[in-house]
Amino acid sequence: MRVIVVGAGRVGRSIAANLEQTHEVVVVDRDGDTVEELTYSLDVLAIQGDGTEIGTLQEAGIEQAGLVIACTDNDESNVVICGAAKAAGETFTIARVRRRTLLETWTGSQEAFGVDFMVCMDLLTAQTIFRISGLPAAQDVKMFAGGLVRMVEFGIGPNSPVANSTVSEADQYDSLTFAAIFRDDEMIVATGETDIRAGDRVVVIGSPDSVTGFADDIVCTHDNSTDEVVIVGGSEIGFQTAREFEEHGFHPRLIEQEHDRARECAEKLPNTMVMENDATDAEFLSREHVDEADIVVAALDGDEKNLLVSLLARRLGVDRTVAVIENHEYAELFETVGIDVAVNPREVTAEEIVRFTRTDKTEKIAMVERDRAEVIEIEVSEDSVLTGRQIADATAELPDGVVIGAISRSGELITPRGTTVIQPGDHVVVFVDAAVLDTVSRVI
Amino acid sequence: MGRRLYVDWRAGLALVGTLLALLSIAFVLPILVSLWYGGEDLLEFVVSMVVTAAFGLVLRELDPNPKPGAREAFFVVAFTWLFATLFGALPYILAGTGSIAQPINAIFESMSGFTTTGATVMETISVEEHSHAIMMWRQLTQWLGGMGIIVLAVAILSQLAVGGAQLMEAETPGPGISKLTPHIAETARVLWFAYLGFTVLFIVLLYCLQITGYATEMTLYNAIAHGLTALPTGGFSPEGASIAAFSPVVQWLFVPFMFIAGINFVLWWHMISGDRWALVRDTEFRFYLGAATLFTLIGTGILFFETTGAGFSDSIESAFRHAAFQIVSMMNSTGYASTDFNNWAGPAQALLLFVMFLGGSTGSTGGGIKMLRWLVILKSLRREVFTSIHPEAVRPVRMNGSVLDEDAIRGIHAFTLLYFVLFFVGILLLAVDTARIGYNIGTIDLVSASIATLGNIGPGFGAVGPMENYASFPWSSKLLMVLYMWLGRLEIFPVLVLLTQAYWRS
Repeated sequence: MRVIVVGAGRVGRSIAANLEQTHEVVVVDRDGDTVEELTYSLDVLAIQGDGTEIGTLQEAGIEQAGLVIACTDNDESNVVICGAAKAAGETFTIARVRRRTLLETWTGSQEAFGVDFMVCMDLLTAQTIFRISGLPAAQDVKMFAGGLVRMVEFGIGPNSPVANSTVSEADQYDSLTFAAIFRDDEMIVATGETDIRAGDRVVVIGSPDSVTGFADDIVCTHDNSTDEVVIVGGSEIGFQTAREFEEHGFHPRLIEQEHDRARECAEKLPNTMVMENDATDAEFLSREHVDEADIVVAALDGDEKNLLVSLLARRLGVDRTVAVIENHEYAELFETVGIDVAVNPREVTAEEIVRFTRTDKTEKIAMVERDRAEVIEIEVSEDSVLTGRQIADATAELPDGVVIGAISRSGELITPRGTTVIQPGDHVVVFVDAAVLDTVSRVI
Repeated sequence: MGRRLYVDWRAGLALVGTLLALLSIAFVLPILVSLWYGGEDLLEFVVSMVVTAAFGLVLRELDPNPKPGAREAFFVVAFTWLFATLFGALPYILAGTGSIAQPINAIFESMSGFTTTGATVMETISVEEHSHAIMMWRQLTQWLGGMGIIVLAVAILSQLAVGGAQLMEAETPGPGISKLTPHIAETARVLWFAYLGFTVLFIVLLYCLQITGYATEMTLYNAIAHGLTALPTGGFSPEGASIAAFSPVVQWLFVPFMFIAGINFVLWWHMISGDRWALVRDTEFRFYLGAATLFTLIGTGILFFETTGAGFSDSIESAFRHAAFQIVSMMNSTGYASTDFNNWAGPAQALLLFVMFLGGSTGSTGGGIKMLRWLVILKSLRREVFTSIHPEAVRPVRMNGSVLDEDAIRGIHAFTLLYFVLFFVGILLLAVDTARIGYNIGTIDLVSASIATLGNIGPGFGAVGPMENYASFPWSSKLLMVLYMWLGRLEIFPVLVLLTQAYWRS
């Protein structure tokens, strides 16, 4: 497949390097020197030009391209590039953006701007930070069908009311489907008789209400006050990270030095305690008991400052430190001197986009348990094995490890039952064991 | 504001004239009532109508094409209310019966009507002493003042399409109006329709009670008269004994409608246009409901268990009914009485005095400090306590999920402080003035007179109790109370700025 990457910054370069073996990659950049340099360093075709212009895209071979990835440093340019690419040919478009509001506009009305998939760098970084923070209640939340369907994974504590019951006993919700249970390294596809035990991680798919209701019942035994999260720096990443923690029921603290930005963050984050101070002020940190935090995230602008804050936190006795690092050459060095995890926003974004290039028919995918399984959203076509049949019949033909989680038909959520008949044009959210993913995506 | 160096009083007065001419149409109702009852006081009302309309039309000639700016909004609103009061007092003077025939008393009664206060200087409240038409006019002034004269004018006059929002802002109770629709006139119409709808519903229900035999006293005349004063949180009644003149069933029916009058009318619009849970989700409504419920329960307890004073220990129903009625009535500034609470025990009266400082909701017809302000004050005080523990914490104050501007919070603090200053100064001035003529009046009576007029509530305690009147005060005290009712209804600032030099110059 021909892949056009517009913008040869860190993200674009990293994507190109990942795809050069398996695809025909064309890289477009405005800077002549970069193009010159790329021609020799990677096995790709590098073109100098402006990706928002149709002429440049034609030169890059837009007619044959199966995928266009817009990852320049400018949000608006990326969106325009996707629009231009859509106008010029039948191609799948991916845009990288920085602003979350753009992503929200796009999620609200899919296919807006001619973008088929949008990756928000700051949000993605925030989600990564949240995921690796490794806190007990850490849940993985993904949205499908324009927010109509939610997939959530969460751990079952020993005191949870659903521990030691079967799936059919736990399923008290109208529009909720139990997809799978992860127990240590084992994955169990959920049926009515499956036991749920303490320590399991359960994946459920359903309407936001039912998922929240279920989560409340599960989490009721969980004490959030023990999970002290401190985020240093109200940068966009710091802000999104705080929001990510908030959305999962935590009450993080955010330290921002600048007055106006602190106020702005405080206004947008109702469950975060925002404090206006210099995070390297040791007296302040001990007065606010930052040393008792379970995790400190350093998200200031500037790698050096993040290193300093992380080391200071470490010294005070914080359990776990995460630092945002823009320059990927530092990452290893930082981890050597004692920071637990260094997160590079550009690397994270590149990984997400590369991962996406692997499947082309699915509209949206989500990894579960580090690639053990995937949850995919597809629009059912006429010739799919699912079309026009009852789910019980259709799934009998599919390999084991496939669960139909939810169906969205013209904006309405339908909870799949054995007798539900799927129609062409329905959006189906399916949980698939990674082992059978290729077989499944061929037939549905 | 720097552009205008002086107030364009011509344009302002011309607009006031237009509004006054419009208001003269309201005299049609008492004229019809008069015709129905054989023409008593007919000439007086026709004269009042003609004089008001003529004066309005003359004022209008001052500026044939008035373009009032932001600054004139205060002027227009304050003077519209003042002129409405003065011309609304004409029928009382012309009719010439009873204590309200004296000009100062007539103005007091008229201001008390338009501002929905419900304090009266009528010594004998009955349709025997005064004509049916006069008594109905008294009720109608409250209904006009409830949702607001300006809001009504904006709904009707296309001329006010542009400056209307500023005028409404200055008139509507509570901090800030929310424009529901792009056209301000439509917003004003929405509010008036909701108001009219509830009024008609209440009148119909009251009359149904009469037809079904639950309330023989509730004649069609009485049903309309009370319908016109319950929804504007007015409190006037053509019955001398207020709502105590009616059966318990009628009193029970009053409670929900008085309560509704204190709810933000905008919420009904949201509910009609699809957001069915708008009311339940609204923080201010919950606070209002919670406060009313809590104080009703406390009041019921006091009335039931207190044996001194006129207790209701024989019947839990009557204790509950009077507590619910009186708490709602005094809290949202209505001022009806289901019983003479002057005879209540001290603790029960103290409870009523306390709720007089609460007020209704913003965007309702209720007066007082209002629920939203109290909520903001409580929340911002809680923040003060929190930031004294964590000095670096940045904590915005939130209301209904959105962040409140710090300037708005400061404005609310200033308003409330000013309200209390006026309240205390009022006590002092009334005390000095009553002592001047040797009028012997109790402390609590003076305290309640100050808050009852400033808060547009009406009755207070003792000499100004629900079955008493304000007629014995000296003329100077009455003028002060007229000013207080005016200040209270327009929420102080629109009137107060007119008294500052900075408003008129530069």
